[in-house]
Amino acid sequence: MGALRLRRPGSASAWLWLLLGAAYFLIPLVATFLFSIKDKNTGSCCSLSAYSFILDDPEFWRTIKLSFYLALETIAISLLLFVPTVYWVHLKLPRLKPVVGFLALIPFVVPPIILVVGLLDFYRGSPDWFYAKPYGFLVAAYVILAFPYVYFSLDSGFRAIDVHTLTEASLNLGASWPRTMLSVILPNIRAAAVSAAFLTLAIVMGEFTIATLSAFHTFPTYIQYVNETQAYPAAAVSLMSFGITWAAMLAILLIGRRPGARQVQIAGTR
Amino acid sequence: MLVGAFKSADGSATVGNIRELFESSQIRNAYKTSIEISLVTAILGATLGLLIAYAAIREGTPRWIRSAFTTFSGVAANFGGIPLAFAFIATLGTIGIVTQFLQNQLGFNIYLHNFSLFSKTGVEITYLYFQIPLMLLVIAPAIDGLRREWSEASSNLGGSRLQYWRHIGVPILLPSILGAVILLFGNAFAAYATAYALTSGQVNIVPILIGNDVRGNVFTNPHEGHALAFGMFVVLAVMMLVYVPLQRRVSRWAR
Repeated sequence: MGALRLRRPGSASAWLWLLLGAAYFLIPLVATFLFSIKDKNTGSCCSLSAYSFILDDPEFWRTIKLSFYLALETIAISLLLFVPTVYWVHLKLPRLKPVVGFLALIPFVVPPIILVVGLLDFYRGSPDWFYAKPYGFLVAAYVILAFPYVYFSLDSGFRAIDVHTLTEASLNLGASWPRTMLSVILPNIRAAAVSAAFLTLAIVMGEFTIATLSAFHTFPTYIQYVNETQAYPAAAVSLMSFGITWAAMLAILLIGRRPGARQVQIAGTR
Repeated sequence: MLVGAFKSADGSATVGNIRELFESSQIRNAYKTSIEISLVTAILGATLGLLIAYAAIREGTPRWIRSAFTTFSGVAANFGGIPLAFAFIATLGTIGIVTQFLQNQLGFNIYLHNFSLFSKTGVEITYLYFQIPLMLLVIAPAIDGLRREWSEASSNLGGSRLQYWRHIGVPILLPSILGAVILLFGNAFAAYATAYALTSGQVNIVPILIGNDVRGNVFTNPHEGHALAFGMFVVLAVMMLVYVPLQRRVSRWAR
């Protein structure tokens, strides 16, 4: 029976689909790579001039640093806001959990292109240090954008531990609330917090819609600028951007290989 | 945004912006193209994603292939926007690798045969790059949920493979598939960056129109962008109203 099962019909077509899928996914990546090693001026193979063009461009370093700092700020604010919130919901307000499940749908109904229209309006007239600065306006938008992903990542982390027992044990032993939070709860949800951070990093490093429509120059808008002006360096910088997404998502996958961890899948960079 | 959709250029309340959504032919066409692109990529993406997911998960396929595909999908579903658009320009653009290959090796210039990457078809091909992996991720748990006992019970009772799929497999997967199609539809419907970078903002879809309004490229009614965004919001909200009950049905078979 076992041998028969393995050879049931359709096995050849299964391989065909896998091959087609692999080809469709890999060819654009290979093509981008082949483009990136062409000579910047002559278009002939093979040279690293496209990469050195990007790496020598001060604008590249300025925008990638800006995007990275924005990501760090978004991560810090998100974790500061949501770690205590999720903790409290799990400890005292479990009734709220289904309400929160509804929040998962928000990025679907209000995608970045709608969000940016609303936010530009809502914050119009707010002071310049906020509205005109990426560290203000953009980060506010990114915290909203990242919220569902951060929330669900943390939620699965809290689900995997016994919040009540840990809290009671800590309080009974004489620890204060802040101490309980810092030295009992935080170490236990570290993996969830780290994967939330990487997810946010991937979102912020790739987010184009909100940045360009509110006229800020971040890393994705730099890629778009290179796209419009320089074909071969554009391939190089696109590959670098893919590399950042790869690294962030692989980090999440590696951290997420624990029982009970739920994978959060869709980020909002399209 | 909701309030803005109902304001006229001078700030008084009106439903004129919303009426314009139905009357302006450019806007109507934009919604039509948007919905068309989203439908095509959702249905194609779901079909191809399902076939690939099943091929990767079914018994008899080595484990490493399965984990390679799911891991890659986790990453590829997050590719998107500007770099993805460029990857396709490097592949199927006028001097793209595949275009050149077809031209030089087979003497076939796809650009002389009505193909352009910078058109609706091009946008659809590019969107599939994140739609298929997303389908794979969403549908894999449902395929995993098809218990081996069911197929054994079916064949013990004399059912053929076809009968198994017709009466057991497809009916159980159907709510998951429909849910995934809706998710994919919304995913394509809301995408801005990819289409913008690919066509330099030339393709007439709703997010691009909103973008133009926000940038102030078109000096018309400043509230038109709000009305457009409101229209998108309504479409997506309706999708959600179908999606939520579907998810309830899906969870019935979840282990």
